[in-house]
Amino acid sequence: MSEIEFLNWVRGPAFEIAMTIFIAGIIIRFLEIFLLGRKTNLAEAKGSEMTGGLHTIVSRSIPDSNTFKRSTFKIVSGYIFHLGLLITIFFFAPHILLFKDIFGFGWPSLPTPVVDAFAVVSIITLIAVLIHRLQDRVLKFLSSTEDYLVWLLTILPLITGYIAFHRIGMTAPSLLAIHILSVELLLIAFPFSKLMHAFTLVLARWYNGAISGYRGVQS
Amino acid sequence: MTDFSNGKDKSLAEVLRSQGISRRSFLKFCAATASMMAMSPAMIPKIAQALESARRPSVIWLSFQECTGCTESLTRAHTATIESLIFDSISLDYHHTLQAASGEAAEEAREEAMNENWGKYLLVVDGSIPTKDMGYSTIAGMSNLDMFLQTAAGAAAIISVGTCAAFGGIPHAHPNPTGAYSVYDIIKMYGNTDVDGVSSASIDNNSGGSVKDKPIITVPGCPPIPVVITGVLTHYLTFGTIPELDHLGRPKAFYGQSIHDRCYRRPFYDKGLFAETFDDEGAKKGWCLYKLGCKGPTTYNACATTKWNNGTSFPIESGHPCLGCSEPHFWDGGGFYKALSIPTIDIPTTAVYAAAGAAAAGVALGAMNKSKKSNAAKEHTKTTIDDLEKE
Amino acid sequence: MSASLEKGINALKKEVDSTVGAFFSSCVNCGMCADACLFYTESPCPSRTPINKTEPLRRIWKQEYTLLGRIGKMLGLAKPIDHDFLNQWEKLVYDSCSLCGRCSMVCPVGIDITLMIRKTREGLAASGHAPEGLIGATKRAVTIGSPMGIKLPALMAQISHVEKDTGLKIPMDEEGAEYMLLLSSMEIMNFPEFIEAIAKIFKKAGVSWTISSEAFEATNSGIQIGVADIAAELIQRIVDAAEKLKVKTVISPECGHAYMAIRWDGPNLAGKAFNFKVRHILEILDEFRQDGRLKISGKETQKLTYHDPCQISRRGGVIEQPRNLINLFADDFVEMPEAGKMNWCCGAGGGVSSNERADELRLKVFQRKKDQLDEIKPDAIISACSNCRIHLEDGLEEYNMEIPLMSLTETLAEHLEE
Repeated sequence: MSEIEFLNWVRGPAFEIAMTIFIAGIIIRFLEIFLLGRKTNLAEAKGSEMTGGLHTIVSRSIPDSNTFKRSTFKIVSGYIFHLGLLITIFFFAPHILLFKDIFGFGWPSLPTPVVDAFAVVSIITLIAVLIHRLQDRVLKFLSSTEDYLVWLLTILPLITGYIAFHRIGMTAPSLLAIHILSVELLLIAFPFSKLMHAFTLVLARWYNGAISGYRGVQS
Repeated sequence: MTDFSNGKDKSLAEVLRSQGISRRSFLKFCAATASMMAMSPAMIPKIAQALESARRPSVIWLSFQECTGCTESLTRAHTATIESLIFDSISLDYHHTLQAASGEAAEEAREEAMNENWGKYLLVVDGSIPTKDMGYSTIAGMSNLDMFLQTAAGAAAIISVGTCAAFGGIPHAHPNPTGAYSVYDIIKMYGNTDVDGVSSASIDNNSGGSVKDKPIITVPGCPPIPVVITGVLTHYLTFGTIPELDHLGRPKAFYGQSIHDRCYRRPFYDKGLFAETFDDEGAKKGWCLYKLGCKGPTTYNACATTKWNNGTSFPIESGHPCLGCSEPHFWDGGGFYKALSIPTIDIPTTAVYAAAGAAAAGVALGAMNKSKKSNAAKEHTKTTIDDLEKE
Repeated sequence: MSASLEKGINALKKEVDSTVGAFFSSCVNCGMCADACLFYTESPCPSRTPINKTEPLRRIWKQEYTLLGRIGKMLGLAKPIDHDFLNQWEKLVYDSCSLCGRCSMVCPVGIDITLMIRKTREGLAASGHAPEGLIGATKRAVTIGSPMGIKLPALMAQISHVEKDTGLKIPMDEEGAEYMLLLSSMEIMNFPEFIEAIAKIFKKAGVSWTISSEAFEATNSGIQIGVADIAAELIQRIVDAAEKLKVKTVISPECGHAYMAIRWDGPNLAGKAFNFKVRHILEILDEFRQDGRLKISGKETQKLTYHDPCQISRRGGVIEQPRNLINLFADDFVEMPEAGKMNWCCGAGGGVSSNERADELRLKVFQRKKDQLDEIKPDAIISACSNCRIHLEDGLEEYNMEIPLMSLTETLAEHLEE
């Protein structure tokens, strides 16, 4: 198979498969969880579930100062690479074209050198995150193969994207194809792994805030 | 137009003098060629000497399923361009468009050239070769496939000119109704076939000749830039060897850089300034054409540096995105106006079907979950203080 | 009938709902919950990471309620849930967790880990993996009426002491009273001054109240051991008594989990909303304060601080009221670091103090409270949970610290204007 054929396959049938698994998987996961339902709370409410839930969805992103002191590396590194992923995925002009094709609308992009810088910072941070996971006793204890696999699937698009953009090592069609393929692998793994947190955390935070809000506590 | 029918015995120097071309012009051509092929200036005299004294090698040009664009490109001579001089340093013994002869006389000329120069002539091919039904393209009653295999058997080297010969080109595009393939693929598929069933009576198969191991130079492009074609020929004439080729058989001197890496609009790409439509402000300002489907990033050719029409311009400079025409399968890349970061298939439709199917599956699984939970509730026997310890 | 693995697994299956699914789907194994749990920070063993404590529930959710998990189970790839496994988790779920709720406040993806540990206890208890001490307390609670084995005569004896000392009548079984007070065994045995304080305050406030002789126990071992059926049985006794006496409000005393049991879990355990209100004594006292029913005189000059009982503050929602009340009589009140809804657990709640096996660990983790106290160096600590009080006293003694514990209600009563 020639390079361009590989690239066309990656941009064609492979993308279709990955997208299908991604979309179908997420919807199935959501329904699997949501349709289980939960019992209505019969106790007299002290506060509002709705306010509590919505508030926590946002406020849980802002740790209190003492928690921040205790878990500084986790919080800071987490924010850096998530921000990096947000910028490189959603604010790079060629990617926005892809979203425009899928959703029907796009948005302004950031200058490419900015995106490039964020990619580098994210890659470095992710490597630091891995080292931390391997060294911290709690993390080493908690971590399973899935944690390491997800780490790999997350950093690969960043690295291959950087390489493709800077044309390092191979000819352009192969580099681009490998980058797109790495994203497709990520999409396929998404619904079956902890990556689902990207979507389910809204629900989890809502439940947390709702349960506490009912009792009059802002969690 | 230069006369190719005789002059086989004259050296280039003699031919040039008879044409009234000064030595100065000739040396300018050699210098231009040397620089195009990234050779040091020290090579210029060597090129000049080689071209002057070379006994003009025989070149047989076979045209199959092609549009003649490659020949048109090569012969685009607005002024008495130096490129046309190349025809004076070769003996073009067979070329459908340029030859004076026709019919049986033309075929005889081909066979005579093959016999006289067996193992030494250059075979240039443009157009792809059909394999589904030999009737799709024949010359003098002979299928393209047979003519190619027969002629290739005695060639010193094969040059596939144009994307059709190089990679299959337009005829090869989905669904490829004629079963068209590139020279390289034809050799892979049929290279072991005996060249039989053809009037080989008039061909002296001197050394047998295996088609499989023929050196192939790929010169893709739709069409290729004129100087690229002549540059390759010049290299061969000067050194008698094939220039350094990339993994697709293309001369690195011309195909070693991507359009993107040499494009004058690259700073706009890097800054993230793109034309959104063909006539918006960005387009007028000459911004990058990535969003309009430019395949520059994945296309290797010399368009951005050498340009067309004697360095006048190239598609991007004229405001049109690069089609990627020197790459294989450029017709099947999802569309010329679909950017590289967009999938070639229709995502929204797929997404809707996936979502619909998933909704059904999800509801079913949700129902299964609920029933499992209520079964657990049914199975549950009230736990009393007597149930807290194991027996 | 006895405990069995099948019952345990079934109990866990029953506990799974959409919150469990949302929570487990979101966990990214970041480990921040460990940094928030005093059982980890003061005794760092990675298995004590809060989310790890929920592993039995997670396995059930994965194998039974997810597509991939079901397929895995069919292929024999599911992780085992057997007695060995559950046995390993007993110490994590009971000895190393007081259900304090700090982890649930800190998890970046919003998991209510505490809720899930509580659910996990259903499975462990039904399969026979609850601690001996807790099982004993639960049996006593159900058969005798109190986990400490206190029967009505013992209560009446304390009550007659109080009546003698105060000259006030303690109204028993008074139909139509506005408030019905519950008491924890701890208060009855160790802090009868609480009853005295209530009598004085309520008299001054001019409201009617009573204690039911049929249901006076506030604590709920069912909640602590994690068996909803038993918790429901204990709750029902209170509901029956409250309905019989036609009271408007049931008061939960200075006890932590009792408030959680009757106020928040109660109606859900009983299966219907109550037709009476449930309030913590601090809420009632604060209402009295707002209504101007409390006349306070004299100030505490010593440096005071307040320990937030987890089930009342963070898990219960009664955070401001104790401070409003303390400010009535405190001249020098200083908050400990991280006071309020993020305060640190004393270490004894959630059944830990009923579990002798956990004594050593319980005292070890007191170090966290000690650190808080060392920063502000108070003269005395006020609290509103008898269990916290007892354990804090234990801990202070263990670490040779001389800081007396005071009950908020009792201190308030002492400052009532004559």
